[in-house]
Amino acid sequence: MADVNRGNRPLSPHLQVYKLPLAAITSIMTRITGHALVAGVVLLAWWLVAAVSGPGAFAAADWVVRSWLGFLILTASTWALWFHALAGIRHLFYDAGMGLEIHEAEKASWAIIIGSVALTLLSLIIFFIS
Amino acid sequence: MRYITPRKAAQGLGSARSGTHHHWQMTVSSYALIILTPLFLIAVGAGIGLPREELMAHFGRPFPGVVTALFIIVGMVHFIKGTRIMLDDYLYGNVNKLAIVASNIFGWGVIAAAVFALAKMAFTTPAI
Repeated sequence: MADVNRGNRPLSPHLQVYKLPLAAITSIMTRITGHALVAGVVLLAWWLVAAVSGPGAFAAADWVVRSWLGFLILTASTWALWFHALAGIRHLFYDAGMGLEIHEAEKASWAIIIGSVALTLLSLIIFFIS
Repeated sequence: MRYITPRKAAQGLGSARSGTHHHWQMTVSSYALIILTPLFLIAVGAGIGLPREELMAHFGRPFPGVVTALFIIVGMVHFIKGTRIMLDDYLYGNVNKLAIVASNIFGWGVIAAAVFALAKMAFTTPAI
């Protein structure tokens, strides 16, 4: 027992005082984006149902979809969808036992962040030019 | 007071009973959604901004209609199973059960509403 290191051991970090590594932030963002997609899905479902309900109902839903608020919700939802998809693909690699090293998870986090923004911009460009 | 031991109450509730099945369902639906996501964005993106008649004709066509319906069905089943994990993490007891029921009602409600709307568009629109 004499060689037990009592003073210099790493302490168990508490969530509130622990600076989350990037891989942890992108991991929790997977859950947040997945649940936040409710907003986009509800708007889309309302828009579809309104279209078959009648011209008045559609005018209201379509006005919201084409307003700045609708643009904000749909753009944010597109980003959330791409982020969740890319982070989900990372989870499939994790399940296969790949990319579990810290530096690999860090690299994958940047790929998810940059990739989700790039794919959102690409989606917007395709939407506006077609 | 419960007349069973904690061990008996917990027996059969572990991952061996349904946990791995749940995980496998999430895996399968996520593979499907990787393929459906870009197709869905194309189908819906092409419909945004159209007047009502043209919108109904758009989703009345096979590709946009089927892709949108598939994405919403698979996506909302994935959502219901995903919220289940979060609810099990943060809520306990009856609150947990009620939240799971609410999540199912919401998810299947969205599926029913969207599929009904898409079906009506498909069946009321003359083929163009």
